[in-house]
Amino acid sequence: MTTSFYVHIPYCIKRCGYCDFNTYTPSELQDGATLEIVSNDYIDAVLKELNAAPLDEVPTIFFGGGTPSLLPADDLGRVIAAIKVRNGLAPDCEITLEANPDSVTAQKLARYLEVGFNRISFGMQSAKPHVLATLDRTHNPENVKRAVDMARAAGFKSISVDLIYGTPGESLDDWRETVENALALDIDHISAYALIVETGTKLAAQIKRGDLTMPDDDLMADMYLLVDELCEARGFTWYELSNWAKPGHECRHNIAYWKNNNWWGLGPGAHSHIDGKRFWNVKHPTAYKEKLFNNQTPIHESEVLTKEQVASESIMLGIRMREGLAVSMLEPRQLELLGAYRENGYVELVEDRVLLTPVGRLIADRIVREITF
Amino acid sequence: MPAISLAKAPQPAATNPAQIRNFCIIAHIDHGKSTLADRMLGITEVVEARNMRAQYLDRMDIERERGITIKSQAVRLPWRSGIDGQEYILNMIDTPGHVDFTYEVSRSLAACEGAVLLVDCAQGIEAQTLANLYLAMENNLTIIPVLNKIDLPNAQPEKFAAELAKLIGCQPEDCLRVSGKTGDGVAELLDQIIAQIPAPTGDANAPARALIFDSVYDAYRGVVTYVRVIDGHLSPREQIQMFSTGVRHEALEVGVISPEPLASKGLGVGEVGYLITGVKDVRQSRVGDTITTYNNPTKVALAGYKDPKPMVFSGLFPLDGADFPVLREALDKLQLNDAALVYEPESSAALGFGFRCGFLGLLHMEIVRERLEREHKLNLISTAPNVVYNVTMDDGKEIRVTNPSEFPDGKVAVVNEPIVKSTILAPSEYIGTIMELCQERRGILLGMDYISEDRVEIRYDLPLAEIVFDFFDQLKSRTKGYASLDYEDKGEAEGNLVKVDILLQGEAVDAFSAIVHRDKAYAYGVMMTGKLRELIPRQQFEVPIQAAIGSRIIARESIRAIRKDVLAKCYGGDISRKRKLLEKQKEGKKRMKMVGRVEVPQEAFVAALATDADIEKVKAARKAGQ
Repeated sequence: MTTSFYVHIPYCIKRCGYCDFNTYTPSELQDGATLEIVSNDYIDAVLKELNAAPLDEVPTIFFGGGTPSLLPADDLGRVIAAIKVRNGLAPDCEITLEANPDSVTAQKLARYLEVGFNRISFGMQSAKPHVLATLDRTHNPENVKRAVDMARAAGFKSISVDLIYGTPGESLDDWRETVENALALDIDHISAYALIVETGTKLAAQIKRGDLTMPDDDLMADMYLLVDELCEARGFTWYELSNWAKPGHECRHNIAYWKNNNWWGLGPGAHSHIDGKRFWNVKHPTAYKEKLFNNQTPIHESEVLTKEQVASESIMLGIRMREGLAVSMLEPRQLELLGAYRENGYVELVEDRVLLTPVGRLIADRIVREITF
Repeated sequence: MPAISLAKAPQPAATNPAQIRNFCIIAHIDHGKSTLADRMLGITEVVEARNMRAQYLDRMDIERERGITIKSQAVRLPWRSGIDGQEYILNMIDTPGHVDFTYEVSRSLAACEGAVLLVDCAQGIEAQTLANLYLAMENNLTIIPVLNKIDLPNAQPEKFAAELAKLIGCQPEDCLRVSGKTGDGVAELLDQIIAQIPAPTGDANAPARALIFDSVYDAYRGVVTYVRVIDGHLSPREQIQMFSTGVRHEALEVGVISPEPLASKGLGVGEVGYLITGVKDVRQSRVGDTITTYNNPTKVALAGYKDPKPMVFSGLFPLDGADFPVLREALDKLQLNDAALVYEPESSAALGFGFRCGFLGLLHMEIVRERLEREHKLNLISTAPNVVYNVTMDDGKEIRVTNPSEFPDGKVAVVNEPIVKSTILAPSEYIGTIMELCQERRGILLGMDYISEDRVEIRYDLPLAEIVFDFFDQLKSRTKGYASLDYEDKGEAEGNLVKVDILLQGEAVDAFSAIVHRDKAYAYGVMMTGKLRELIPRQQFEVPIQAAIGSRIIARESIRAIRKDVLAKCYGGDISRKRKLLEKQKEGKKRMKMVGRVEVPQEAFVAALATDADIEKVKAARKAGQ
């Protein structure tokens, strides 16, 4: 048995218009405060929480956010070191840092490698300034190439970029340019997500007011098929619905999620899954720290999955992956329902596995709804 | 004061017919009839001031809220004439003012010798009032023209007095002027009712004959039968007999409405009152029947009424299928009090189990539905209303079609549809607009007359189906609300009618079929296929939607196959959330109906078939259920 770790860094310099993640700007947390002030004892709290986690060997660690690269490499390094001492790291342990292309320097990157990171993922989102502006992103698209090259030069063995498609005002050609731009970088992995309008975000308000219009599902679908086609043509193979990688560069941390392995999330609002039990921490960083410094558990809520829920989740997650679902894990009724989708070209049966075709991936939720729950 | 205390007034069963005046009030919905009635109750002091409330005689909530009268009422009012100083008993028989309830009006008229024609002197006479006026004149009733609301700043009593005088054939100065609101002129009106309307005549010694003009079910007392005694006498504890059926009952109680029920020693010639026999079903005490006594029965029945026949049909379905038995029970109860309501069970592939109901008209339909929902706490969906068609097949077989889905597929020789004679009153500037609307709706112009210098009466024959389909709304909106409409049954006529079917993936969906004029079939097909394309979610395959007459396709649309139904991101913290979302969406899927292989949300059926109000209601119910 192994346990992966997710470490949440709940800080950003600025909140992007589409983002509803559990992250805060320093002034949201404390009037007029700097990042140093609000985050100074944060790692102490994370290390306290770590005491409650299992002691299994660790195959992957992922630092996400927020913007983990805002914190000094040495602070993040304290967490890696603590896990290493306490649990022990697998020899090929994958340790990922999510980074803003604007906030890295050669010096910082070198230091990240020294404290243990070996994989970096940059939030690129788009190559088109007007798309970035709509998304409320601050970075200069040219910085991405600079950041990727610096990371490679510093010695990162695996580099990824995140892209977003379906931003209001983004055309299919805009998206093609973005994907081609990304594929021209010295990278090993691409994640591409359809933009989701989350309630309560600035973007949702702009759409509600009619200032922005979301693209229709047909354009979104075309964008997905395009990124899939372009990635495959350049040797990036899809291995999960929204992820493509060169061989051997699949994100093993995310695969742990999708395979329902054990993983522990450290930090406010972070979720964990240990042996069929899911639990998650209090959301706000202040409350999180308070709990831990008062020697209380930061766990906010938990659920123990029923057998049916475990089965449904396995289908929901497994169907999104390249290996698809083993026929043996499906009931006859479910196979029968999948038959119609097979006729219509959404799924295929290869040996004893049910796999989604590219157009099938686009309606994965519908298929899952139909055969489970 | 000319009011007489009830105790001192002439008593029921002991009142000389010469002292009795029976009258009704003919008025349009908002012309102030209920307010005038309230005022009469007040000045005759049958209702004490402290007990007075607005629209005293309108007993149902719906009547009060909508300002309409549905059921007739008869109130006994003692009054000392200001002209001759004598005591009189006035029986005021309230009448409904809406076209759907014309049959109730005719009942009331038969129980009276005179009618007060009440017209709002800011609006003038309305078409339905005119129709009822003609009915009263045909019945040889004495008409007293009265202009109401003379207190209004925009009152035009001269103009409308001239209009009324022309219609009735009297002098403009014969029109009384009252204000139900302030009470001005009401005492004079009561005096004029006594002076102008003849006293009832009848033979007190002849076998009893009383006309049933209304029959109401009361949860506590059973059926309360309203009668007008023509000859003889009805007494409590007496054995009475229904002329039509010969069925015998004991009159458990006889009384008058004053305006609460007041038991009396009986009812004599010319009197109006009620009797209770303990029967539970209004159909056993049928309106229009003659009541006589068992011991000394009459041999000659009074002229009755035509049975009201349902003109408009609609399916009523409970939103929650489990409510079907509740709906059945509620309809049974409602029918106790509403002999005009007919219904039979119906099942629809789309809407489940419900009832196909027949109504007198659209207002009747609305009121029944509202009562079902309000008094029985039901949440209902009603399908678009339609009329009855008589279809003759090539082989001579005749089929009565009350539901478009029953329209035969074989060789149809003739289709007959109900026709009504409609009367529209409106300012003359709208003549063109109105004629245009009536032509669009397959109307045949019968004639047009000026009833005053700037108001016209336009008469058209129209297919009832056209009226049922938003005619009244169109008429109102195209004439800025000034036009009024009345119509009466005029039998049926052959129509060039076809059934348009709507097919999903080649399969006809019963609930969407409609019977329309051949010239309008294409428009209906385009409208319905377009609507469904918007309402039915995209499926995993392309779904053709077609409109067809028989095997001929007249319109088509298609719902393209679904392209995207997936959330791109699914990481650690998203998993629980995503699972819960899918579980919830799965719940929504249960509300889908399968039509062949096509999933159609119930909302789509509702939106395609029902009124806007229904759609809002379904949305609200969904929201509450989430």
